[in-house]
Amino acid sequence: MDWSLMDIEIATAVLGLGLLVLGLIVPHNARRGLGWLTVLGLAGILALSIGTWSHQGSLYGGMYIVDSYSTFFKEIFLTAAILVTLGSMRYVDEQVGYQAEYYGILVFATLGMMVMASAGDFITLYLGLELMTIAFIILVALRKTDGKSVEAGIKYVLLAGLSSAVLLFGLSLVYGLTGTVNIIRIALLLSRGAFPPVLILGLVLLVAGLGFKISAVPFHMWAPDVYEGAPTPITAFLGTGSKAASFAVVLRLFTAGFSGVWANWTLMVAILAAVTMVVGNLVAIPQTNIKRLLAYSSVAQAGYILVGVVTASPAGVKAVLFYAFIYVFATVGAFTVVANVFAQTGSDEIRDYAGLSQRSPLSAAMMLFALLSMAGIPPLAGFAGKFYLFATVIQGYPWLAVIGLVMSMVSVYYYLRVVLVMYRDEPLDPSPITLSSPVALTMVIAMVATLVIGFYPGPLANVTDLAARSFFVLR
Amino acid sequence: MNGFPILSVILFAPVAGALLLVFIPPAEHKLIKAVAATATFVSLALTVYAYAVYDQAVGGLQFVERVPWIKDLGVTYFLGVDGISLPMLLLIAIIGFTAIFASWNVNMRPREFFILFLTLVTGVMGTFVSMDLFIFLLFYEVVVIPIYIMVVIWGSTKRVTKEYAGMKLTIYLLVGSAFLLVAVIAVFIQALLITGKPDFSIYGLARVAFPLGFQRWTFAFMLFGFGSLLSMWPFHSWSPDGYAGAPTAVSMVHAGVLKKIGGYGLIRIALLILPGGAAYWAPTIAVLGVAGAAYAAFGALAQKDLKYIVGYSSVSHMGYVLLGIASLNVIGINGAVANMFAHGIMAALFFSTIGFVYEKTHTRWVPDLGGLFQQMPRVGVAFVLAGLASLGLPGLISFVPEFTIFLGSFGRYGGLSVVAIATIIITALFVLRAVANTLYGPRREEYDHLTDIRGPEMVPLAVLGTVLVVGGLVPSLLFNMINSGVTPLVASVTHTLRIGGVL
Repeated sequence: MDWSLMDIEIATAVLGLGLLVLGLIVPHNARRGLGWLTVLGLAGILALSIGTWSHQGSLYGGMYIVDSYSTFFKEIFLTAAILVTLGSMRYVDEQVGYQAEYYGILVFATLGMMVMASAGDFITLYLGLELMTIAFIILVALRKTDGKSVEAGIKYVLLAGLSSAVLLFGLSLVYGLTGTVNIIRIALLLSRGAFPPVLILGLVLLVAGLGFKISAVPFHMWAPDVYEGAPTPITAFLGTGSKAASFAVVLRLFTAGFSGVWANWTLMVAILAAVTMVVGNLVAIPQTNIKRLLAYSSVAQAGYILVGVVTASPAGVKAVLFYAFIYVFATVGAFTVVANVFAQTGSDEIRDYAGLSQRSPLSAAMMLFALLSMAGIPPLAGFAGKFYLFATVIQGYPWLAVIGLVMSMVSVYYYLRVVLVMYRDEPLDPSPITLSSPVALTMVIAMVATLVIGFYPGPLANVTDLAARSFFVLR
Repeated sequence: MNGFPILSVILFAPVAGALLLVFIPPAEHKLIKAVAATATFVSLALTVYAYAVYDQAVGGLQFVERVPWIKDLGVTYFLGVDGISLPMLLLIAIIGFTAIFASWNVNMRPREFFILFLTLVTGVMGTFVSMDLFIFLLFYEVVVIPIYIMVVIWGSTKRVTKEYAGMKLTIYLLVGSAFLLVAVIAVFIQALLITGKPDFSIYGLARVAFPLGFQRWTFAFMLFGFGSLLSMWPFHSWSPDGYAGAPTAVSMVHAGVLKKIGGYGLIRIALLILPGGAAYWAPTIAVLGVAGAAYAAFGALAQKDLKYIVGYSSVSHMGYVLLGIASLNVIGINGAVANMFAHGIMAALFFSTIGFVYEKTHTRWVPDLGGLFQQMPRVGVAFVLAGLASLGLPGLISFVPEFTIFLGSFGRYGGLSVVAIATIIITALFVLRAVANTLYGPRREEYDHLTDIRGPEMVPLAVLGTVLVVGGLVPSLLFNMINSGVTPLVASVTHTLRIGGVL
């Protein structure tokens, strides 16, 4: 057994535990340094994962799979975690407190996502999922004196629990039919012969359970409320990390595990993707709260990513990886602006963003870049991402590409409303909004990444290509 | 000049200017404008040089730059110009430069204004020099957002609010581009399936023999995308509202050049890559073109706001361009390209002049104006010049192109061409009426205090006026160049059609 395959996970667990312990030892006023410690630790783990990129294999007879596919997803989670931590330092110090718990549990949520990405059987999958979900429940409700935060926490507990139950029921049905929890062995069994209709029921339950996690319509209802109530940096992490991890599982389960059965299901996923894109974008239009707007936009983004799942080809997997990665920068960038504006104005209403371009040019520019990247306007990264996604369905489902691209352009409408308020309107309160250096750093990283990947997507495309191929090799 | 990346320098000089502006204090208005003017002048000078040394005898793509860009999509940073794109590049270089001077009096947040404007100019230039479809798309959509922001901040609210105008313009263009994008992705994937090798260069895609049915639907999508950019009737309604709402410089660039990306894209991309689709849709294009020309001419007749008059007139002129493209022969397409150039110069002069009139009198409402020739003779000269070019007076730049279009299309669409020719009479009617009611008539006391344009404000008149006259007197300067680009293109298209058995 090659334990070194799990270096990244072990390091992450150590970091998380270390942070919790340090929180007990370190005096209260010195806990602010924990944020930087988290960033350094995560950056080190990210470097480690890049260094061990080609180190592949599986553990415990296929329970735990380490391939470039899962490693790339882990890099997405780590990048998101680093940016979220950087962007949230001031917010945590001023609005939340509990630094040790915040950063420690954030690291554990990351660990849960990593386990999900590497899961080779149902048990590991569920373990990772619950580790992540429970960590998020704590994080969402961390501002425990704020009614909205607590409300969001309760909603998340109930609905996450429900969806976990649904998922678990689905998993148990599949286990009952096949007699194994190992995803690759299930694929082999399913390819041999017909299975009773109960399998379909199992699959439906799996789709529902996972649809909740990726906030696909019609399982998206929780997203706006939870996104609005949670501490803003956590919202960003929920929208990027949690969503990416769930997509990692979706791909692993459906394209690797149920590939034979799945072939007949692509139309259903295509419809699901279309409905998600349409509803997410249309409902986002009347929103007046920036967090709710971004929540619905994130529902729509899940729809775009689902497009890559439809064909379940190497190109589709690659497109999902590519989009999930660039989406991190846009989302974390946007929510960092939101968190910072809230820290100083106490408002999440779009109308209070008036004159942001004069109060804080960097924040306004970051928001502009993030929104336009989500809309898929070149030369920002979102354009290349959508190109890869929709190129995979243009042969089989041209109508899906049309809906997706038209809906992206519809999304420009509500994104531009925010831009309008930021750039055209005169500020009600002209005092400048200051940025602490980690926040400014987050914004600069996110902007540069969005722009550079948009102009020169070649290297990222190569890496995602390798990752997508490894996914199909081990299968 | 071997090895000197002249096109990249032309393309990125405005970007360099914009970056420089970021570091200039916002209060330094004069310096900001000087930097913007210098940046566009560098592009203009180099473009004129390229135009002069382009070897028409050799033809084809020249000043080529090629750097592999995205391997798995076969995208190359592939720049080059030929006889079709060079006039278009010259057009944006001229208009970009003069528009800076037409906006010399922008004193509200000028730094942001010129940064956005220079970005816009680069985006437009990029579409004309990139010979790779992916890079083309990158530049194509770059232009939309700066325009929107410029309209809502510096635009004017008259008949419709500037927010409405800006959003309408943006939504139309973006929805059009969504369809264009679908077609481009479909073409790319289909080519990949046929040849097995990813290639995004326009000429590479043009060599692929696409199935006819596929060509028809993708061409229709492209026609919708490019057509709504070209304000093809019935997708034109953003155009008058948009121009009326936009600040002068944006109207100049938009009516002058941006629209022409639609026509250029139809010729260079849709026609070249999907000749079978083009042959199928050509009659539709011709009908829509002529319908648009006639409809918009009548529309202009009913308008009283100067910008709306020119806005409708520009929709009408684009109808001629569509008719020229639909003729699918060398003469007609020569005329279409030349008319895009001519109309660009003329529309830019029109909008800059209207900009000055509005700036000084604070109205664009024709009944409120009159006798302005007495207070502002130079504005009057510019106005008359643009007006006469608009109605196609021989000796000015737009006569020969329009004549060529009718010549090229008559054999194929006799009756339609007659309708199009008849439209010129209506054009003459509304142009002359606008000129007369604005410039002539009794002197109006309330305008006595107005000063004529002078100094930097003279630049648009001087530059654009010169081009109007020179292009009219020596049309060969323009036509030889265009012909050297169109002839091989049409030859390639006819060749493909023969093989495919369409002709």
